[in-house]
Amino acid sequence: MSSVIDVRDLRTHIVTRWGTIKAVDGVSFALGEAETLGLVGESGSGKSMTCLSLVRLVPRPAARIVGGEVRLDGEDLLAKSDAEMQQIRGRKVAMILQDPMSSLNPVFSIGMQMREPLAMYHRLRGAAVTARAAELLAAVRIPSPETRLRAFPHQLSGGMRQRVVGAMAIAGPPRLLIADEPTTSLDLTIQAQYLGLLKELQQRHRFAMIFVTHNLGIVARTCDRVAVMYAGRIVEIGPVRRIFTEPAHPYTRALLESIPRFGARRERLAAIAGQPPDLASLGAGCAFAPRCPAAFERCATAPSETAIAPGHATRCWLHARA
Amino acid sequence: MSVVVLPETAAAPVPAARRRRWPVVSIGIIVVFVLVALLAPLLSLADPYEQALRLRFRPPVWEDRGSWAHPLGTDRLGRDLLTRIVWGSRVSLAVGACAVLLASTIGAAVGLVAGYYGGRVDATLMRVTDATLSFPVILLALILAVTVGPSFGNVVIAISVILWARYARVVRGQVLTLMTLDFIAQARIAGAGAWRIITRHLLPNTLNTLVVLITLQVGYVIIVEASLSFLGAGIPPPTPAWGSMIAEGRDFVTSAWWVSFFPGLAILLVVLAFNLLGDWLRDTLDPKLRQL
Repeated sequence: MSSVIDVRDLRTHIVTRWGTIKAVDGVSFALGEAETLGLVGESGSGKSMTCLSLVRLVPRPAARIVGGEVRLDGEDLLAKSDAEMQQIRGRKVAMILQDPMSSLNPVFSIGMQMREPLAMYHRLRGAAVTARAAELLAAVRIPSPETRLRAFPHQLSGGMRQRVVGAMAIAGPPRLLIADEPTTSLDLTIQAQYLGLLKELQQRHRFAMIFVTHNLGIVARTCDRVAVMYAGRIVEIGPVRRIFTEPAHPYTRALLESIPRFGARRERLAAIAGQPPDLASLGAGCAFAPRCPAAFERCATAPSETAIAPGHATRCWLHARA
Repeated sequence: MSVVVLPETAAAPVPAARRRRWPVVSIGIIVVFVLVALLAPLLSLADPYEQALRLRFRPPVWEDRGSWAHPLGTDRLGRDLLTRIVWGSRVSLAVGACAVLLASTIGAAVGLVAGYYGGRVDATLMRVTDATLSFPVILLALILAVTVGPSFGNVVIAISVILWARYARVVRGQVLTLMTLDFIAQARIAGAGAWRIITRHLLPNTLNTLVVLITLQVGYVIIVEASLSFLGAGIPPPTPAWGSMIAEGRDFVTSAWWVSFFPGLAILLVVLAFNLLGDWLRDTLDPKLRQL
């Protein structure tokens, strides 16, 4: 299977007063058409930084992509010029951000904001642009799209706005859609609707999707594969079913145990001991070792990725072949 | 469950009555002065430069020796004060408009660039801004007047060269807030470049603030221009400017008070009108700016 997006050994560093932070430290994964990867992990584990690196929008000058490859349909995005990259953003790689309240420009109507990228992508003009914008709004199930084009962002609800953002994201239509916690600030019922909508759009346009979230319930429902990130590295990646039934890495197990389950006997939720690591002062070993219940001597050196089943790999000495 | 707070309800409620009431008086005064300034040649009162030495220091019409020929009296050279104030309004308003527009254009550009690029660009531009703000306008204008000679253009330049810094500061502050909002990131992800983001996303969102600041600054500029003219570094005589008219009358305040009083009154009215309008605009458009 040829992959839509193939990320190899991606590294992004952030230079701060306290030292260089390896925010993304050798991340690799590949995704095929209409496939969805769930990217999970604690805050600061490098999920968002990985996504921003894919579109080369890391906050400069502090952050810099220092190595790796990001191949979109075989072409390395990291080797493109800034002008070429600008052509790719929006058209081939789209992104939906977390906060629908601030993701639209408050001073322009929905129609004006939608027309702008459309005109840019497809060289459309006049009525054709408006028609296309209305079409896109209809595609994301916004009722009476022609009227909504004249509405301003503050006249729409959070769910509606996020749909508008979704409509703009599929304008390309993209080959890869990155959704960075797109439903976190939506009501639960709206969340489910929105996720359904994204999946439906994915089926229609066949784009690969990266779904960043810390909600494992959403991962179980929407993703084909899961990558668990810890301290800038993917510590475990595999098919969603295997990750939930046979988690290999102690961190993944701990994450799954920290989900409340209805009818579970235990009264207290299992929290992961200790604090998320200070990325500026990571040692040479496994970053999770200080919090890991199963840590042993070998954890003082960094484990490399080990395949434990087809498509399922982890970075942990427990699974390393001797 | 997430709580959705609409910006409208989140902002402190402004009493509806205060928001709706238009500052009729301020707008009225401004409209009258602008019309008078624009139509000065058509009003064909007297010639502002015509001297009549026999008619020197005629008092306003309601005083003993006053007449309707010179409703506000005449000055040291027998020139009609009302006519000169009318023509003087052209100077004041033109300087006010030009200086404020020039300053706001430069300032907004600097603020947008500094806020958008951040980092070293921001640090450099803001240091320049701070340095500019610490430089007295009057001093710079005096230097210009002495070296290049006083003229309309120099007054506008002297004022704008200092005034832009306030716009730069305020606009940069706004841009910094805007930059953290997702729609800027979203625009970038959609493939928008720096120019597009600055002109289509940042500038339109700072316009409210700019309009408020521009209005508030017009009054200030008029006062600065009057001060410069008063000091002889402004619009050179015999062009009637309110500041120089006050200066001409100051030796005769005890005997002919009206020569200085009426130009002063004109300044007071216009500046007050602009300030009140600016306050109202600020309360209506941009309550966050209250500290200005």
